[in-house]
Amino acid sequence: MNVRGAIAIFNNELARFFRTVFGSLLSPVLTTSLYFIVFGAAIGSRMQDVGGVSYGAFIVPGLLMLTLLSESTSNASFGIYMPRFTGAIYELLSAPVGVAETLIGFVGAAAMKSLIIAGIILVTAMLFVDYSIAHPVLAVGYIVLVASAFSLFGFILGIWADGFERLSIIPMLVLTPLTFLGGTFYSVDMLEEPWRTVAQFNPVFYLVNGLRWTFTGSADVSIGLAFGMTLGFVVLCVAVIAVIFRTGWRLRG
Amino acid sequence: MTDPILDIRNLSKTYKGGTTALAGVDLQIRKGEIFALLGPNGAGKTTLIGAVCGLLRPSGGTIEAFGLDVERHWREVRRRIGLVPQELAFDMFARVEHAVNYSRGMFGCPPNPARIEEVLRSLSLWDKRDARIMELSGGMKRRVMIAKALSHDPDVLFLDEPTAGVDVELRRDMWRQIGALRDRGTTIILTTHYIEEAQEMADRVGVINRGRLLLVDDKATIMAKLGSTEARIVLAEPLAGLPPALAQYPVSLEDDGRRLVYRGGDGTGKGKREAAEVIRTLVAEGIAFEEIDTRESSLEDIFVDLVERGEVPA
Repeated sequence: MNVRGAIAIFNNELARFFRTVFGSLLSPVLTTSLYFIVFGAAIGSRMQDVGGVSYGAFIVPGLLMLTLLSESTSNASFGIYMPRFTGAIYELLSAPVGVAETLIGFVGAAAMKSLIIAGIILVTAMLFVDYSIAHPVLAVGYIVLVASAFSLFGFILGIWADGFERLSIIPMLVLTPLTFLGGTFYSVDMLEEPWRTVAQFNPVFYLVNGLRWTFTGSADVSIGLAFGMTLGFVVLCVAVIAVIFRTGWRLRG
Repeated sequence: MTDPILDIRNLSKTYKGGTTALAGVDLQIRKGEIFALLGPNGAGKTTLIGAVCGLLRPSGGTIEAFGLDVERHWREVRRRIGLVPQELAFDMFARVEHAVNYSRGMFGCPPNPARIEEVLRSLSLWDKRDARIMELSGGMKRRVMIAKALSHDPDVLFLDEPTAGVDVELRRDMWRQIGALRDRGTTIILTTHYIEEAQEMADRVGVINRGRLLLVDDKATIMAKLGSTEARIVLAEPLAGLPPALAQYPVSLEDDGRRLVYRGGDGTGKGKREAAEVIRTLVAEGIAFEEIDTRESSLEDIFVDLVERGEVPA
């Protein structure tokens, strides 16, 4: 394996992030802070506790998940799409780097970027909401797993996309609605049937509740199921990427 | 050819749309040479390079570099190959030195600031090392492409139309730099449709058209085999027929006998010698003439002739 190659790609991608660090950080942190201000501090103070925790603390994992999903996906998709768009992909294809180095470089950097943003958001949340993390080790592990899973997904998206419009369709029209409807702002117990059952077909519902469990110690689904589903998604994405590299789909003519 | 550094056998590539870009190309490249691949647009030059460098998947045939199959031993092979594509393609916001270091790392080489400085200085980029690529002129950007390709010290360097769209001064500068690379032992394969470029720099020349290699030979051999001299002599008085003393030469009468034309030679000087003999014969025969115009065929004439006819002369 070309370890130096993987490190070079990783560092280059992080350098790209830090080159635009103001915009890269400010936008997600500001947006999430607004949610904390409106739903956590302003409205949350008038809401009843949910499952024994204040409403402000209840929405922290969901909002964190919203950021993790959108940032991981968009960072990774832009990371691989930009060299395809500019033609600089020739260098990656002609270099002695395979699927492992490419994933460590592009997906690793994308996940790292969203983890940095997630960390800043968690710190920012403390300014507006009083929350604690019941299982900090599991929380960190799960956040890393989700960031990796959706960076892999974003990488696939970046190879599939043949224009900037396609690049933004999935995060905007699929991930964000699914996260909002996945229990970010409410517990499934608050829903009437049939919506309670419908909610369980939303995969992001399990992600949000998995993370919520690590924060509060209770959620609508078990942490085991959430971990299992996320790991399954990672395996599926890796398999798809392996096929992409083997066939050269959208990469090699 | 003993132990070519690059050995391409029966290489073919047909794209999904059905376009055949390469149709059974055989080509061997010698270590340390500059090989120029000539061909009109769409001839298959870039496809050939892409197949060797891993940018595309050939439909058939085999490619060996350094004695290794490029598909099975892709890591070893790619470490030793550099590519400068035709298009300017990089992260325009990156700084020059960062971009070149990135390329070196991607090819698995440890950081070597001294070597990067040497590469940048050789391409007159050292003063621009902290500049964003987008701030550079077109010629400077092309040098950055070359610096990136040289950053891992490749044994074989592919240059796809290296001087396309650059001014005459920069073109000559690049020729000097390519010559210096060859002097350091780098094998260089360049594609171009500037015949002058091939004539100036190449040791060997290949002509490709419609995916087929029409000719591969030493530049001097091509000129000897296919080059010619043309001498046009305007006579003072028209001739009714060719004098018997000129029968041994490839001459003809044109313009109702007012012009005697010699077409012959082989690019080695034989044509010039024979043209002089024709003129001496005219003087000896007492045939007066008013003007002499001689012209040597260039590689361009040979190239155009080959591409138009689409076949290799016997």
